[in-house]
Amino acid sequence: MVTVMELYQLLPRTNCKKCGESTCMAFAVALLGRKKNVAECTPLLEANFKPQKEKLESLLLPTAGAEETGLIVHPELCTGCGNCVVACPVDVANDPHGAGMGCAPTNEKVIFKVVDGKVMASNIKECRRFGKSKVLCYACIDPCPTGAIEFV
Amino acid sequence: MATCTGCALLCDDIEAIVENNRIKETRNACRRGAARMKGCVNRLVPSIDQKPTDIESSIRKTVEIIKNARSPMLFGLDNSTCEAQAKGIRLAKKLNAVIDDTSSFCQGLLIERILQKKLRTCSLDDIRNKADVLVYWGSDAQDSQPRHLSRFSYFPRGESRQRGYEEDRKAIAIDVRESNTAKICKGHFYRIPLKGDREFILALIEALSGKVPAYDTKKMLELAGILKKAEFGAVFVGIGLTYSIKEDFDILTALAEKLPNFNIMPMVGHYNMRGFNEALFKETGFVNRVKLEPKAVHDNKYSIMESLIRKNTDAIIVVGSDPMISLPRPVLTYLASIPVICIDPCISMTSKIAAVTIPCAATCMESGGTAIRMDGKVISLSKIITSEYMPDEEIMDRLMEAI
Repeated sequence: MVTVMELYQLLPRTNCKKCGESTCMAFAVALLGRKKNVAECTPLLEANFKPQKEKLESLLLPTAGAEETGLIVHPELCTGCGNCVVACPVDVANDPHGAGMGCAPTNEKVIFKVVDGKVMASNIKECRRFGKSKVLCYACIDPCPTGAIEFV
Repeated sequence: MATCTGCALLCDDIEAIVENNRIKETRNACRRGAARMKGCVNRLVPSIDQKPTDIESSIRKTVEIIKNARSPMLFGLDNSTCEAQAKGIRLAKKLNAVIDDTSSFCQGLLIERILQKKLRTCSLDDIRNKADVLVYWGSDAQDSQPRHLSRFSYFPRGESRQRGYEEDRKAIAIDVRESNTAKICKGHFYRIPLKGDREFILALIEALSGKVPAYDTKKMLELAGILKKAEFGAVFVGIGLTYSIKEDFDILTALAEKLPNFNIMPMVGHYNMRGFNEALFKETGFVNRVKLEPKAVHDNKYSIMESLIRKNTDAIIVVGSDPMISLPRPVLTYLASIPVICIDPCISMTSKIAAVTIPCAATCMESGGTAIRMDGKVISLSKIITSEYMPDEEIMDRLMEAI
């Protein structure tokens, strides 16, 4: 996944503040967090920055399908093992006798579900990475050996 | 709820959404299970000498071939229900045939010792509820039985393991490569050289006996320390370990004696391989490689490999198995030269060289019955969709009647 430094290297790095952020580094962080978009950097729209702009857009393309919390599931890598379904603390709290015990989810409050052999995220507002008291939770990424789940 | 027959875990919590007599969507099944439940891409058609015919003619031709055979063999039945397996054994008895299955070159040695009660075992539900130390030895459960870790062993919360994998469980992987299971075990992965299992077991026995092992002393003492502290442990023996120590299998029994809190679990591949082994063991006292004359005679020369190397078999019925893919190339020339009768729902490499093919219904989607999970629990399989094809069980009945 793309890093802040990679994005920063492609920006004009003049700290012109036209985007509303105090520095280009702050703009790069906002870009990665999907709070700003590339078009808000007006110097980038000039002809001499065209290659950088295209590179930036291609780097940010995989984050387009991300959920509100930044969650991305790569269906081509997922084996449907369900480790994330059982390891997610929200799934365990909301469905202790189903997903928490390794069985099929018994209600609709769970975040992860396996459909057609691939994991799908729903109820994303329940995720611990969402809302005011959000925490940097890695419970679904750690048990995935194929790297099918990512946060951006 | 449907039962998945993708592997020997027999997950019975699968939701299958059916539309126009086809499974449109599966829920909770892993990728492997979902693909299996959606059915074959290329369905087998009845044929004689690769020319399409009808099922009745295929059955007649099969009977003709096996009646004329001097030494017929029945191979497979690991992907059939327990009922079909029982009938298959009866058919082999009637034909005085040799009967063998894939456990002959898979986990047969281990299952035989478990059925003889030489090794302690437990159920997968016990592991979920009680186990605190899990050892994956020569087994990549994450890829071969994808829901093993999430449904039974490492991740779920159990009765005595309420805090799950983060605090209550420890997973250890011993393997020749860093498999996906080893990636999950992270800090407890012990890489061994090829065929290094015997040396590893001997060093571990020394470490468990309080001696200082000469082999990788620091890591071995650390591992022995973890195993000694276990309240309820499980060793998941994969095919990697079984193959590596097959000449000296008793050292696994010696290790099990040093680990009184541990249970051995065979990591079975085909969904009802344990069912076949149990049925044959009940009938004859052996799990595979048997000639039913009709008195059962067990000998290594009756294994599929030896039979083909020695050219002892002159006709073979293959049920739900694909020896053309699983056996080594040198024996395949002989296999292709004898009449092969292939009973399978889908086109396989074996069906392509078969003299006669008989399509059957796919178990659990198109026919029901019972099967035995890798831990020995009987699981019932229910029919989800209707099919024009006969189940294996009925084909066995028809062959028996005709003979």
